[in-house]
Parts: sequence; structure tokens; C-alpha cells
Amino acid sequence: MSKRVLAVDDSKTMRDMVSFTLKGAGYEVVEAEDGRHALDTLGSGVIDLVITDINMPNMNGIELVKALRSNPTHRSTPILVLTTESDDSKKNEGRNAGATGWIVKPFEPEKLLKVVQKVCG
Amino acid sequence: MDDYSQFKATYFTECDELLADAEVQLAALDDGSDDPEILHAIFRAVHSIKAGAGAFKFTRLTEFSHQFEALLDRMRDGRITVTEEGVALLFRAADTLSAMVEAARTETPLEDDFGQDLLTEIAAMAGSETAPAPASGPVAAEEQTAPSANDPAEQVTPIYRLVFSPKAEMFKHANEPLLLVRELKTLGTLTAEPDISHLPPLAKLDAEEAYLSWTFTLQSDCPLEEIEEVFEFVTEDCDLSITLLPAGDAEKQGISRENGAQSAAAPSGQEQQKQEEDEASSVAPANIPTAAPASPAKTAKATTIRVDLDRVDRLVNMVGELVITQSMLSQQTSTLPTDHYPNMVRGLEELALHTRELQESVMAIRMQPVKSVFSRMPRLVRDLSAKLDKKVKLITKGENTEVDKTVIEEISDPITHMIRNSLDHGLERPEERLALDKTEEGTITLSAEHRGGRIVITISDDGRGINREAVLTRARERGLIADGATLSEDEIDNLVFAPGFSTAEKVTDISGRGVGMDVVRRNIQALGGRVSIHSTPGHGSRFTMTLPLTLAVMDGMIVQLGADKYVIPIPSILESFRPAPQAIKRLPTGQTLVHVRGDYIPLCPLGRIFRCDEAETDPAKALVVLVESEQFGAVGIIVDTLLGQQQVVIKSLEGNYKPVLGISSATILGNGKVAPILDIETLYQLSQAHLRRETRPAPPPPVAPTPAPPPSSNPEPPTFAG
Repeated sequence: MSKRVLAVDDSKTMRDMVSFTLKGAGYEVVEAEDGRHALDTLGSGVIDLVITDINMPNMNGIELVKALRSNPTHRSTPILVLTTESDDSKKNEGRNAGATGWIVKPFEPEKLLKVVQKVCG
Repeated sequence: MDDYSQFKATYFTECDELLADAEVQLAALDDGSDDPEILHAIFRAVHSIKAGAGAFKFTRLTEFSHQFEALLDRMRDGRITVTEEGVALLFRAADTLSAMVEAARTETPLEDDFGQDLLTEIAAMAGSETAPAPASGPVAAEEQTAPSANDPAEQVTPIYRLVFSPKAEMFKHANEPLLLVRELKTLGTLTAEPDISHLPPLAKLDAEEAYLSWTFTLQSDCPLEEIEEVFEFVTEDCDLSITLLPAGDAEKQGISRENGAQSAAAPSGQEQQKQEEDEASSVAPANIPTAAPASPAKTAKATTIRVDLDRVDRLVNMVGELVITQSMLSQQTSTLPTDHYPNMVRGLEELALHTRELQESVMAIRMQPVKSVFSRMPRLVRDLSAKLDKKVKLITKGENTEVDKTVIEEISDPITHMIRNSLDHGLERPEERLALDKTEEGTITLSAEHRGGRIVITISDDGRGINREAVLTRARERGLIADGATLSEDEIDNLVFAPGFSTAEKVTDISGRGVGMDVVRRNIQALGGRVSIHSTPGHGSRFTMTLPLTLAVMDGMIVQLGADKYVIPIPSILESFRPAPQAIKRLPTGQTLVHVRGDYIPLCPLGRIFRCDEAETDPAKALVVLVESEQFGAVGIIVDTLLGQQQVVIKSLEGNYKPVLGISSATILGNGKVAPILDIETLYQLSQAHLRRETRPAPPPPVAPTPAPPPSSNPEPPTFAG
């Protein structure tokens, strides 16, 4: 069964890119536009990986990571945060919240796939 | 395929929205609002523009938005006070950003100093340290080549020794040692030596603790950075040392190219546990269809415009009228000799084509993915399972399946009700499930798909299924079935939809109060839909609900019956044929059956039911249209002849006349006359009632596993002049 990835970003362009790249590599991709929506979408369903932007309305990426880590179902789900280079502090903030790793924007499709494989196989 | 340029159009549309949004926020800021969310919103807009620009390699745009964003970042966290001049600068920066987006869109080269003044001003305001910085990563990465380890002078492939000891934190961040080992393996020839000396006895093993460490030997040409990158995410969560072994150590290390001894056996208990989880989760298929790029229900504030539904309805109605006019035109002109009016005929053909396209586009306006309803369900399940003390996993599939807005609005309640029902009555408590050798956590699957021009929504659970004994007893108590009647299993299951039916021992506040399943069924039927339940005792139940995709048009087969015309919905039609006389059997009750490939299928003599005397009643001389009814299976309708297939605009009968049994609605044909659209489900009931009247004195009422016919049970024949 193909792995299921939840892509969370308020930018449709970013969601499309992540989705396009991962679907091309055989992953299933579910999309959400902010943290709140991600939690609603996820519910108690099974997900293999969450890729989330940090700056989002309603519920930002850091809050989402914290919420997922405090939920027994998603406690050991890999989570990647999308950051920009200027956001070194965000990397750490993400890590401290419980994120597994990060992807630096802008990214090449190969890089995205590589990082995804690194954390969810 | 790895080309993002196809997303440029989306990106620019999004930029327009973001810039427009930023404009609105700036105006609010200018009005003196001190809502901190305003600066956050502008920041996000610029940030998104920057991220996309980076992906498409719009260097100038990336650079500018980077500086702009840096200024906003300082403003939003209060490092810089927002002054009037500051707001003015933001306005100008937004204008410049907009111009740069436009230049990128039209691929117009920018002058070298375009925006430079502004960048200087921004930098000045943001503080001296933000001199324009290179914003694109790949360039920086390209510079980091030529590692010392890869000296071409050394002909021997370098060998690294890695000592890797994960800490428990690694698991907390959901990093997986095994995956790292796998990645390491892709870099060259790898051997692994696990150190299991810290492994406690099984009874004391904590799955979330890290006990193992490894010594890897990696023979690889790749630069050291690449090896380090493998551990990029875990540097703080492990002890790691990487050393380059002196040349000539290869033999000592016993490395050979065809090395198969990768002893990277299950790095930890955690891994094993995870694999088990993976297996468990793979039982539950979670196919989100990857078709149709999601048009998330709540997304894209500005890729959508809000239109009053009335306006859309007016449009739909007008197009409906246009379709009727068009079919009238083509009918009127169908007898004209083609060669005399070639241009007109061609014009009419194009009109037909365009009308159809127009209609489809208009209908598409009203189509929405069922996601908006499905996305509310996880919350419901979460709350209910907590309340009922049950463990439940909800799996949703096909959220992007689209249906008409009116249908969406109507399906939420039935779905909620059926999920509640499954949770309350279907799924067992955790301890009960464990005793039954089931997983502690029950599963409810909610799925949607298009099938035969309809949407099919199923809600299934792996609970206890329907207790048929209890259902039968209750049905007898309530007088819903005749004493001594024998019912099939499905018929018994479907008794739960009978009016006022409830098998719960006591009324619970979850699903025992309020509307019953009978109301659910009635509401669904009112939409032209059907609902049924299928249950396997001990293994769960499945509700299946099918609904038309739209309530405004449908594909219909026009049939002739004497002088009248009727419409049969195409999706219900299985086949049509003229039976041989010997294939027709008559029962003592008067019911005629037709023998089709080993099955006897009841026939509905439409002419007799609708008192159309001229209609042919002998099936062997007429045509039999076999239709699939949700409730009664296949039924054969006797008609004179088929006239053709046509898209028809549905006109409500209730709204314009009054409800008529056997007829769901009506349409206006090309000749301006009204044609009734047959309601397959009630037609069969009607024919049974008709049969009983004809063969009076009536036999005792037959088993009625379904609720009595709707209130308008006077089977008055329609009086349409077809």
C-alpha cells in the first residue's frame, strides 16, 4: 500500500508542488490549508508523514506539530516542516516542538523526495 | 516530470490574490488598526510569493520579497515600530512587488536598478545588517563541492567508520534509525556491527528507549558532507562520529563489493513495533483518489468568487429552457431535407453541441466535492467515541467526489445519523471487541464514488452487525410484518428503516432520540436517492446510499406508450428486449414474469397501470425495458417502443401539480408537451397494488418489508397529454 502524506500549506502553489512530486513517486497525498484544517482532515485516520508549512493562518505549523505530538495516534508520525533559509530559528523551533526534520524552500523535486524517503521510507 | 513550471499559472493567480489581500491589510494598517494579525497576514502573503518565486527561479523577485519579508518580520515581532513612514514604505514595496510579479508573469526583463532604491530604504529601515543576501540555496550548495576525501589522486575508494548511538529523543521526533541505515547503504558498500550490550531483558524493554548502537564501515566515493547529511535531522539526538580510515584498510575491514552481510537487523524494538503498526494499518485501505486536483472546499479565498445561489439557479433554469428550445428546434427541423439547407442543419448541430456543453458547464458551477461534509465527520467520531467510551478509527475515501450543491446540503444529516448509528449500535466496546478476537479499535469507513451517473456513499463498520432475531421480534411486536412471513436476510436488515423502529434496549442520547432511520430513508428518497443496509452478523454492517448527482437534469430514455411518452432514467436501465412468447410466465396471482438467463423477473404492464388503453400489453409484442430497482432488484417495464435517449430538464411534480405514485417528476419534450419521468422504485409497488385490485377479492396483504407507500397512495393515473 502506498504511503499517505498530508501536505499542509496555505499556498496552493506549494501544496500543488509537493503533491505533484510525491504523487509522481507513488505516494498518496492529502492536502490541508492550515493547521486546524489538517487536524480536521486527519481526525484519527492513519497517515505516514506530515509535511507542513510554518506560517499559516488559524493554526500555524509549530502549533500543528505540538498538537500532533500530543495525540497518541500521531506521536510517532514523522513530521517535516517547510522553512526558508532565513528561518534557522524556525528549524529549531520546529525541532523543539517535535518535528522530525525540515525541508528548505525553495526545493528541487529530487531534494523533496530524498528527504521524504529519509523519514518515511 | 520533475518540472514545476506547470504550476506557474497557479502561482501567478495566487500572487494576485495574495497581493490583493496584502493591499486590503495595508489599508487597514493605514487606518490605524493595531491588530497584530494584520502584519502577520502581510508577512504570510510576501512569504508565499517568495517561496514560489524561489521554486520558479525568479531571482529578482525572490531577492526583493526576501528583503520585504525581513522588514515585515521585524515589524511583526516589534523590533521595529510601525510608523506612518513605515506604512508608506510598505505600500510602495507592495507596489514594486506587484510590478515584479507582473514582469515575471510576462517574462519582461527588469532594469538592473529596478527597485534598488526601495531595497536600500527597506534595508535602512530594517537595520543595517540586512544587506541584500543571496536568497537561493542551490547556488550556495553548488559551491560546496570538492571534498577533501574525494581526492582524485587517491585511487582507492575511501573508507569511513561511523559510530552511531541514537538517543531516545530520536524516537520522540519520529526519526527512524533503519531508514538512516538504508540511506547510508545507498552511498556505497556498507557493513554494520550492532552493539547490543545495552539491550535489557525483554520484560524490561521499553519500546521508546534507545538501547542499540552501531559501528558502520562505509566504502564510498561520496563527499563527507553527503554522509553527514544522512544524519542531518538527528545530530542532536544521537552520538555520532565519522572518521576517514587510512588508505589500505579496506582488506582489514573485510569489505568486498558483493558484500551481502548487511547485518542491519531491526535496529530497535521501536522499529519492530512500528512495523507491526504498519501492518496493522495496511489492513485499513485508505485510498484517497488522486484524480482531480483537489479543489479543497474551504480553500482559496480568492480563486473563488461568491455568487448568490439564486443567480446560479436562474442561470440553471434559463439553460434548462434553452435545452428544451434547442431540442424543439431540432425536432421541428428533423424532417427537412438536409441537402436543401446544409448550413442550417450544420448550425443546428453546433447549437446542439454547444447547448450540451453550456449545460454541463453550468451544472459544474453547482458541483462541490463531498469533502465539505466528510471533513466534519472526524470530529463527530472523536466526540462520540469519547462519550460512548469506544475506540474508533474513521477512514474516509473519495472526499473529492463531486455532487450538486443541493445534494451536498442534504447528505450531511443522513451521513451523521448513519455514523452515529454505527458507533452507537454497531461497534462494540473495546473489552467486548478484544473478547471477540477483534482489534480493540473499531473502524468506520466512509466513502464516496461515482457509479452509473449517481453518487454512492457507503458507511461501513466492523462491529457486531444487525441482530436479526431482535429485529424480527421487534418488527412482529410492531406489526410491521405479517405473522409467519418468511423474509430474506436483507429484508430483515432493511426493517431498520421501517417507521419508528429502534432495537436499542434503551434510548440513548446518541442515536436513539430525534429522527429514526425511517426519516433518514424518507429524506433520501425525497432527493431521488435510495438507502439500504447490508449486514454480516459478527462482522459489521454497511449502509449504502445512492443519490443523483444533480437534481436539475438527467439522461432519460423516451419511451412510447400508446399515444403518450414517458421518460425512464438511463442510469436505472439494464437492457431492453422483446421476449419470446415462451419466456413469459403467468402466476396464479396474475403477476407475469419474464425468463431472462435463468432468472424470473416480474413485469410491470405500464399501459394497464396508467390506464392507457392503446398501449400494447402483450410483452411478446411489445418491448421490455429491464430496470434495476434498489429495493426490489430487476423489474421489467412493458412499453410499446423506445424513441431515443435525451437529456431532460427535471421539473418538480409536487411544485407544479401534485405527487403521483410511480412518477418522480416530469419534463418538457421538444414538442412542448409534458412527459412524466418514471419512478422505478414506487412503480413496482404500484404495479403490485394494481394487481391486487384487479384480482379482488384481495389475498391477505403480502409481506411489506418496507414502509408503506408515501402518503399520496391513491394510485391515480397521471393525466398528461404526452
